[in-house]
Amino acid sequence: MRPGIALACAAMLALLSSPQTGAEPAKTEKTEKDGKWELPDGTPTYNITADGTVDWYTFSGFRRYHSECHTCHGPDGEGSSYAPGLIQSLKNLTYPEFMLIVATGREVVRADKQSSMPALGNNRNVSCYIEDIYVYLKARADGALPRGRPAKRIEKPEAADKHEKACFG
Amino acid sequence: MRRHALTSASLALFAFATPAMANPDVIQQAAKPEQWVLQTGDYSNQRYSKLSQINRDNVKNLKVAWTFSTGVLRGHEGSPLVIGDVMYVHTPFPNIVYALDLKEDGKILWKYEPKQDPSVIPVMCCDTVYRGVAYADNTIYLHQADTTLVALDAKTGKEKWKAVNGDPKKGETNTATVLPVKDKIIVGISGAEFGVRGSVTAYDAKTGNRLWRAYSLGPDNETLFDPEKTTSLGKPVGKDSSLKTWNGEQWKIGGGSTWGWYSYDPETNLFFYGTGNPSTWNPVQRAGPDGKPIDQKWTMSIIARDADTGVAKWAYQMTPFDEWDFDGINEMILADINVGGQQRKALVHFDRNGLGYTLDRVTGELLVAGKYDPKVNWTTGVVMDKNSPQYGRPQVVKEYSTFQTGQDKNTKGVCPAALGSKDQQPATFSPRTGLFYVPTNHVCMDYEPFKVSYTAGQPYVGATLSMFPAPGSHGGMGNFIAWDAGTGKIAWSKPEKFSVWSGALATAGGIVFYGTLEGYIKAVDEKDGTELFKFKTPSGIIGNVMTYSHGGKQYIAVLSGVGGWAGIGLAAGLTNPTDGLGAVGGYAGLRDYTALGGTLTVFTLP
Repeated sequence: MRPGIALACAAMLALLSSPQTGAEPAKTEKTEKDGKWELPDGTPTYNITADGTVDWYTFSGFRRYHSECHTCHGPDGEGSSYAPGLIQSLKNLTYPEFMLIVATGREVVRADKQSSMPALGNNRNVSCYIEDIYVYLKARADGALPRGRPAKRIEKPEAADKHEKACFG
Repeated sequence: MRRHALTSASLALFAFATPAMANPDVIQQAAKPEQWVLQTGDYSNQRYSKLSQINRDNVKNLKVAWTFSTGVLRGHEGSPLVIGDVMYVHTPFPNIVYALDLKEDGKILWKYEPKQDPSVIPVMCCDTVYRGVAYADNTIYLHQADTTLVALDAKTGKEKWKAVNGDPKKGETNTATVLPVKDKIIVGISGAEFGVRGSVTAYDAKTGNRLWRAYSLGPDNETLFDPEKTTSLGKPVGKDSSLKTWNGEQWKIGGGSTWGWYSYDPETNLFFYGTGNPSTWNPVQRAGPDGKPIDQKWTMSIIARDADTGVAKWAYQMTPFDEWDFDGINEMILADINVGGQQRKALVHFDRNGLGYTLDRVTGELLVAGKYDPKVNWTTGVVMDKNSPQYGRPQVVKEYSTFQTGQDKNTKGVCPAALGSKDQQPATFSPRTGLFYVPTNHVCMDYEPFKVSYTAGQPYVGATLSMFPAPGSHGGMGNFIAWDAGTGKIAWSKPEKFSVWSGALATAGGIVFYGTLEGYIKAVDEKDGTELFKFKTPSGIIGNVMTYSHGGKQYIAVLSGVGGWAGIGLAAGLTNPTDGLGAVGGYAGLRDYTALGGTLTVFTLP
């Protein structure tokens, strides 16, 4: 196991075992640290200013989604003829649930339908950017971000660069 | 009774020699216009039928004769086969095969459903399509999604043998049909988006034993490229023709998959196919040790190989150092046509990169390379001057080079998009008009490459792209065109709202058939594309139109069932990010027109 994967898995486990997860956030005020936004309960979130400028991580999520996920889940999280539209799924899924499905996969085998979501936990193109992909899709699910490539974004924060190097190798 | 034993032995030898006659079997069966024994119609991939009962004047009267639900919802590519009184229908994953009795409106004679691990589903880029079974010597050859090759008794559906060609855990899958030649079954492999190393493999048609394998990339003894005898553009390829065009060991996960349509020329015993994109889609990661573009042979190439040995006779790389995912796998149509006033034994190929190529199929000489969509902008064209060091190479326009624009930067307005001016949907050739009829995509893209890491069995893509209808055109995403491969010119072009993702069929009735993503099957006049008939089938058509005759009546059949790559981008509708929100409203998605469902619809005259 590469360090990046170990890190990502540890992060996932930490989140899954956190007593805060799943609970309704008491406040909805989000906070920013090093260009990264999160809700009071620690769930990562997006930030989009009035002129449509997105935070780096939301933009990064857009890119990684359209490399790793869109061949099944369709452009902009809209779904395809054989995989669900994640802009719908993310209306209900919590962040820990999302992480678990992405990391371990999911299979549906019924008489009328066979579908299979692969386990992406050991795919660093996904695991290193799982928060980014989540906040991008959440922004889409909340109706905060239109379809297509975000028109404006803030520059890549140093922290993102550091994380990428540490995780990605 | 030594003499008797000898006689038995020679009898046995004679019997053993029969499989070599299997090639004539396919040729003889395919020569009967009432049948459709290969997905491609015949070895030449012309998809032309001599049947003429349905013609230009009466096609408007076509009525549905019978229908059949496949019971599967995913994208339905390929077409049924007809041999004698039996029709063979395949489905996408789980790859069911039905034998239907034409004497009883498609009563099910047998059904074969393989057991496959569903974990193969997500390693198939772009839906679990399957482009159909093949027939030879009373055997139906099924090549499953998980790369299991199965020989089925055509009469009973019983398994004769099975062989496994690849490993889905590494991202190796199958979507293509197989090519039965002589005593061999030649198969390809998918998975360039997962960093597989593409190959073609021959199996013994009687036993399923593996006979040879030829990789698209790697050392000469594994690519079966002979440094002296294998040629490219008239010259020997030389030693390590593949290896020396890769940086380090990247060729080991270098792609060059082989999932397209294969053709075969009995005269030269050569078979022809195309190889796919190099992995990853990020060209910066694939640059040479000096940071400059490097060819990555033999990805993106047309390759002619000897059907007995697999050794390459010639190869031509269309898109050296791919920067756009212009997979070179589209069909190779063999036709004898007039090029520059001379009758040539030609191979015609409509590449994803938007260029229509005409080559001499015997020597591999490049005769014509022209844009079959006028919007193609990534290249100014191919250098045809044999004395130029750039001979045979496309000249890349800097503005649309995703490599020159660079990693983490968005290259805008590249035409065509990654799905190509045409994807796998096969064109047809009519010897009546000498024209090729081509289902095309009219879609452009923005493309941003970025760094990715390789994990076996995981996507290895490394680019994000947005697709949109070709700007400054009719607003639709497709055209159905007629092409003169002798001159490299479009004869006529019929706009379509969506990409035409269905294989075309030309007939001696003077008509050409194709399907549309909304679900229409259409018949047009071979002369000018005038629409003569259309009927809306239950779902979008990504299958290929075929024809057969039974009981003295001609039938037209097509599988509908939207999906495939078309089902990804087009189901949701495409947006032009540079247009912002406006384009979304102005461009309705395919899901407003059609829903899932595999159905065979069979037409005839009343």
